[in-house]
Amino acid sequence: MFARGIKRKCFDGEEDIEGTLAGFKSVPSYNLQRQSLLDMSLVKLQLCHMLVEPNLCRSVLIANTVRQIQEEMTQDGTWQVINAQNTGQASLDRLVSSDILCRSTKEQNEGKLVPSYSGFSKDFENTPSQDIISDLSTVTSVQAPRNPQSNNVWEMENSQENRGNFQKSLDQIFETLENKNPNSVEDLFSDVDNSYYDLDTVLTGMMNNTKMGHCDVLESFSSQTTTNSNSNCKSDINELDHIVEILVES
Amino acid sequence: MGEDADARKINHSFLRDHSYVTEADIISTVEFNHTGELLATGDKGGRVVIFQREPESKNEPHTQGEYNVYSTFQSHEPEFDYLKSLEIEEKINKIKWLPQQNAAHSLLSTNDKTIKLWKVTERDKRPEGYNLKDEEGKLKDLSTVTSLQVPVLKPMDLMVEVSPRRIFANGHTYHINSISVNSDCETYMSADDLRINLWHLAITDRSFNIVDIKPANMEDLTEVITASEFHPHHCNLFVYSSSKGSLRLCDMRASALCDKHSKLFEEPEDPSNRSFFSEIISSVSDVKFSHSGRFMLTRDYLTVKVWDLNMETKPIETYQVHDYLRSKLCSLYENDCIFDKFECAWNGSDSVIMTGAYNNFFRMFDRNTKRDVTLEASRESSKPRAILKPRRVCVGGKRRKDDISVDSLDFTKKILHTAWHPAENIIAIAATNNLYIFQDKVNSEMH
Repeated sequence: MFARGIKRKCFDGEEDIEGTLAGFKSVPSYNLQRQSLLDMSLVKLQLCHMLVEPNLCRSVLIANTVRQIQEEMTQDGTWQVINAQNTGQASLDRLVSSDILCRSTKEQNEGKLVPSYSGFSKDFENTPSQDIISDLSTVTSVQAPRNPQSNNVWEMENSQENRGNFQKSLDQIFETLENKNPNSVEDLFSDVDNSYYDLDTVLTGMMNNTKMGHCDVLESFSSQTTTNSNSNCKSDINELDHIVEILVES
Repeated sequence: MGEDADARKINHSFLRDHSYVTEADIISTVEFNHTGELLATGDKGGRVVIFQREPESKNEPHTQGEYNVYSTFQSHEPEFDYLKSLEIEEKINKIKWLPQQNAAHSLLSTNDKTIKLWKVTERDKRPEGYNLKDEEGKLKDLSTVTSLQVPVLKPMDLMVEVSPRRIFANGHTYHINSISVNSDCETYMSADDLRINLWHLAITDRSFNIVDIKPANMEDLTEVITASEFHPHHCNLFVYSSSKGSLRLCDMRASALCDKHSKLFEEPEDPSNRSFFSEIISSVSDVKFSHSGRFMLTRDYLTVKVWDLNMETKPIETYQVHDYLRSKLCSLYENDCIFDKFECAWNGSDSVIMTGAYNNFFRMFDRNTKRDVTLEASRESSKPRAILKPRRVCVGGKRRKDDISVDSLDFTKKILHTAWHPAENIIAIAATNNLYIFQDKVNSEMH
């Protein structure tokens, strides 16, 4: 199931499928599997049947799975390498500031998205036996990426976006249940610009390589590396917009 | 998006598929009443069908104890929540019978939001010989009345009347997953994903909230209530299960809001089996007290467990339902099967437990002999009054004749709802839109 798109490798003459799968237990494949699971989970969270209220138990279980992957990726160092690549500065404040930068001025003033951020920081606090700040401050001396290939950059960059998207997806799912007044959701996103890169296509493209070729995805991401934080928030906001569209059935 | 493109293609293949099932006919709950004389089923279309067991007659021994349709009625209708712009499904989530207190039978049926109390009465006599009305009910010409007569009750064809006596609405923000009638026969509880309410059977405009696990901030939500039940004998005790695999026994005498449990039943996770799916498969889909009240039975994705109320640290027995699925969890996550909620049941003497699985298989475990059996509920594999043949799933390696391999299991044929007669060895199995009733032959042993 995970083996889609991965070329079969020949291990010393073992050509049966079981032999090749056994070879996939090496680390890069595990990262890919984990990433694939993360993306599958995010898609599941978004593709709820919005005609009937989504099954809360299912949403919570999927969300917990995503958090679990996120935590493991944090412990692995996979999650934080992207911060090392962006700047040398390493502290929790750094995450705060980039997040806030991503929001429009109006949303900042309304402060509505702040709760979602605090939820995110709580996730970090929940990571067991880890001093987050010290962990981030050592990010400059973090081990070299396990996969020195270019698609590793894409993988982690995607994780960065997924993290932001995931948290917002989660919040959206749970807040729709809370939300007795649909108008407030519209107000929240009334000034969002539509013309951004559609992250959904990317995610579904990763799930089944039919929509977008692997290379196309890489290209579109690499074109964004120059305006890194901006592109992240653009995708985030477009993500929210997409969910809102479903909510208001526009 | 890709999904939109697919939706535009009209899929006609279902017309040729003879196993196409009208979604409204899918059975969503099965429940025997306290004597086992009546069996109620609810379906996705909001209907309830009640079956009644025919009394055994020596003249026709082959029809002894068969269940026939007694009554059918529409319990719930689809609704629309205008505030949230969402549909409220009419699917019957649970039916619970009230203990019989007079000639009438009563049951509670619930969908996601509203619980209804239905009264089922029989009419098999009607009065004849009125003085002022004729047979058809028209007023008689008084000049033709020469003498007075006393109307007599004459037998008529049995008519079963069902009427809604109470409607318990607006008690739940989230979807109701369980209802349970208290042993005091006056109150009952209803549980949704985050809250449990206590109702009085006679009062519909008020309910008491007895459990609330909703966090102040919904983003902190990590656990939901999955099932709950009152203790069969102690009217102050109830249990509820969670999506993290824990059970909480609560005592209503302790405080009005039972957020603080009296006992917490939780088995520590096995570190060798840990995966990203560990939490999902530990989510308890059903919890049932034994008839004795001493044990609890829980069902999670791969196992059924028996818990002793006196031991909170771990279950006293664990039975593997379909452990061969452990290596398939990722596929089952992808196609959402991992979220299927299977129910479980005790037999009348608490010696055998039963639960459903995939491919229309269901499993029974004898707690005393430790033997288990897999049986199949399908038209192809069983004719009426034929003995069910035990089935086996092979996981590679030695394969016997008639074995089914794991990869050929049909995951769309799931047996989620099963029920066991309170006293006899009669079981009701819901297989999608079909109801199977199996009886143990008098002289055969349960193996």
